[in-house]
Amino acid sequence: MIKAILIFNNHGKPQLSKFYQPYSEDTQQQIIRETFHLVSKRDENVCNFLEGGLLIGGSDNKLIYRHYATLYFVFCVDSSESELGILDLIQVFVETLDKCFENVCELDLIFHVDKVHNILAEMVMGGMVLETNMNEIVTQIDAQNKLEKSEAGLAGAPARAVSAVKNMNLPEIPRNINIGDISIKVPNLPSFK
Amino acid sequence: MVVPSLKLQDLIEEIRGAKTQAQEREVIQKECAHIRASFRDGDPVHRHRQLAKLLYVHMLGYPAHFGQMECLKLIASSRFTDKRVGYLGAMLLLDERHDAHLLITNSIKNDLSQGIQPVQGLALCTLSTMGSAEMCRDLAPEVEKLLLQPSPYVRKKAILTAVHMIRKVPELSSVFLPPCAQLLHERHHGILLGTITLITELCERSPAALRHFRKVVPQLVQILRTLVTMGYSTEHSISGVSDPFLQVQILRLLRILGRNHEESSETMNDLLAQVATNTDTSRNAGNAVLFETVLTIMDICSAAGLRVLAVNILGRFLLNSDRNIRYVALTSLLRLVQSDHSAVQRHRPTVVECLRETDASLSRRALELSLALVNSSNVRAMMQELQAFLESCPPDLRADCASGILLAAERFAPTKRWHIDTILHVLTTAGTHVRDDAVANLTQLIGGAQELHAYSVRRLYNALAEDISQQPLVQVAAWCIGEYGDLLLAGNCEEIEPLQVDEEEVLALLEKVLQSHMSLPATRGYALTALMKLSTRLCGDNNRIRQVVSIYGSCLDVELQQRAVEYDTLFRKYDHMRAAILEKMPLAEQDGPQADEEAKESKEAAQLSEAAPVPTEPQASQLLDLLDLLDGASGDVQHPPPLDPSPGGALVHLLDLPCAPPPPAPIPDLKVFEREGVQLNLSFIRPPENPALLLITVTATNFSEGDVTHFICQAAVPKSLQLQLQAPSGNTVPARGGLPITQLFRILNPNKAPLRLKLRLTYDHFHQSVQEIFEVNNLPVESWQ
Repeated sequence: MIKAILIFNNHGKPQLSKFYQPYSEDTQQQIIRETFHLVSKRDENVCNFLEGGLLIGGSDNKLIYRHYATLYFVFCVDSSESELGILDLIQVFVETLDKCFENVCELDLIFHVDKVHNILAEMVMGGMVLETNMNEIVTQIDAQNKLEKSEAGLAGAPARAVSAVKNMNLPEIPRNINIGDISIKVPNLPSFK
Repeated sequence: MVVPSLKLQDLIEEIRGAKTQAQEREVIQKECAHIRASFRDGDPVHRHRQLAKLLYVHMLGYPAHFGQMECLKLIASSRFTDKRVGYLGAMLLLDERHDAHLLITNSIKNDLSQGIQPVQGLALCTLSTMGSAEMCRDLAPEVEKLLLQPSPYVRKKAILTAVHMIRKVPELSSVFLPPCAQLLHERHHGILLGTITLITELCERSPAALRHFRKVVPQLVQILRTLVTMGYSTEHSISGVSDPFLQVQILRLLRILGRNHEESSETMNDLLAQVATNTDTSRNAGNAVLFETVLTIMDICSAAGLRVLAVNILGRFLLNSDRNIRYVALTSLLRLVQSDHSAVQRHRPTVVECLRETDASLSRRALELSLALVNSSNVRAMMQELQAFLESCPPDLRADCASGILLAAERFAPTKRWHIDTILHVLTTAGTHVRDDAVANLTQLIGGAQELHAYSVRRLYNALAEDISQQPLVQVAAWCIGEYGDLLLAGNCEEIEPLQVDEEEVLALLEKVLQSHMSLPATRGYALTALMKLSTRLCGDNNRIRQVVSIYGSCLDVELQQRAVEYDTLFRKYDHMRAAILEKMPLAEQDGPQADEEAKESKEAAQLSEAAPVPTEPQASQLLDLLDLLDGASGDVQHPPPLDPSPGGALVHLLDLPCAPPPPAPIPDLKVFEREGVQLNLSFIRPPENPALLLITVTATNFSEGDVTHFICQAAVPKSLQLQLQAPSGNTVPARGGLPITQLFRILNPNKAPLRLKLRLTYDHFHQSVQEIFEVNNLPVESWQ
């Protein structure tokens, strides 16, 4: 099973921490620090697997990590998980985040931690892999977000206006209008998107 | 006036704006004060926002326990927005150790039975993450109902929740076993994935379930076959492989079902061959599937040809340029080395290549595998590689490498001289990382190889002259020079170039060791005794030695002082006995220097303090620091004493112990600990073929009403004994006589030292942490004699 999923930046500051086994608050923070310490020592072109630190359960458990620019995604797993499979899982997770946030960057993750938790909850539950089909996950998340927005009432009006405009289907503006031998070039209008 | 509260994003912005840790703390404390006030006022509209902020600061490490009750209120609200944050808060802030967690059981029950699908999803997710045993028992009926609901979204979550429940409350297996058969017929991948996980969990827990599910092997084979032969489908494919996650899970389940079962293995053979040969290995996903296939092939009763194919696939992966693949290949080969040793041997050269990796994870794996592959035919070549590795490996691997080399050398050494050379090399390269008994082993080895005495003492002298900092090396060298000093000075040894060593040099070297600040007290003891022995081996007058000995008579170290005083007395009053006492030692028996311990001077003379702890000798037992077994005092308890074989008048053999080990009699069990229904029992076994070994099985039982969790047992023994703790069978003992935890201790006691055992227990019981440290009294004498 997956024991913990951690995302932290190059300085060790946690951007997301989810534990699937009960650890005290202190232990959780120590695990984050210990994991960062172990992972940040690694070179760029070594393998993505590490023995787990003492706090997370020692050499029976592994840290499987991927480094994307400024973020480390670390999954702490026990020996029952396939290492290569988890690598793929991290990739699917990041791609899903990309789809939900539209070209996700570190700031998205920082400012929308709760949304990242929700997306993660659709993929991994109780330390086990739940769903890996990106479309299903994104559909669910969209449905839930809609539910939230509909509850937001008046306070959500500006937000809803923005999203209404975003979702508006404008007809395709032709670039060139050819009528007979008159050719009119249509200027570039600013997009609403 | 109500100040509008910050949105989560704004808070995050503020925190990021803080330039120092102190500033950040200030911002957060101010905000937490607002949040606390808002909770007190009970504002329902913004509650979810306040909790979201609290959860964020909780992730950064700040206290957030005052939000626990708010989670409950949010979960009980009817709005989805509230429930979403509330359930997230429950997962992050509540766990089984807080009594408050039981309060959400009712809300979860309502949401499971009456909520809309997303709400049911939230409730299931939370239950599967933090659900305790009580909650699981209460909510099992609701989850069971949801297993057969029409919506696949809810069903797949319910299935994984069922897996969690079975882990917490094993009796629920009987509830969740029947629906599995029907669930396997589903087409939805999420449901299938969950079902396979559920079946795997059930089979791992109960042999009866395992037998039951063997029936579905054909169905599983069919599902896997469909996945493999299905064309490219965008829905679940990763890099062109259809749902590799599901494939891997199915392969794992097939492994469990086919193990030791001819019929099931037969059914899978074709499919496994197909997957092994047709999977695209250019991307990670394909390789993941291929690895699982290989492991499954090796674990079940597959055809020989298939096994060869599997090992060859692994061998191919060892040569892959991708480091991740090499890592997994090494791990898999390590798993196979016990069962298919000869197949793995074929890949030995490649494995040895991997030792030279710069990547620490890979070289560690390669080290473990290399050590497992050493056998009598390749030992010389392998040792060469391993010793080269020892010189250049990262420090955290040194200890493992050194002890691995020494163990392998012990088992497979082709000649004694090679063995001595190997140990010498390890001591010079990684001396500080070797285990304590390496010194004793080496002295024993050298003592036994009479023809090599001259050679050994030569080499040790040279090594010592170069470097006196590696303590094990210095100790062995000092002992050897003391014993065989005459051979050293004789100068002839056809195996090394002749070296002229004169007496003064030897004495100077030993004095240097004595005076060096790098020498441990134990090492000094060795050096002083060696000097003393040389007084009978060398031809010159002994003034220098006598001088040194008398100087150390006032040394601050009590051990050294005692020795020096005794030796001095030997010079002054008992000079006629000196030669006899300091004669060369005969070889000690392999099962401990029992036979040669007992020659003692008569009581009025100073006692030779080098006695290894003797069972019936009260003074010797004071050498052990009985009050603190965890850091033993004198480190020289392994030093075999000089023996006086001749009945020289005043010498009395206090004991004439037999050399044959006593016939094994069953040793009675011992109950060592009892507290509130939790008991700890020890049972002892002395295997007759190895009299120095004692196996203790520790059993923890629980007759109370509450579960014992996080049970850890640690032990300490006196320094002259060696203790090895094997992994316990688990760390939870269920209440009312549930399955006990057993753990095996291996104790090596070559010197037949009195066994003392100190135990430290930590566990959680009745929601309290318990820690007990105690020494075991009334250990049966048969356990160490």
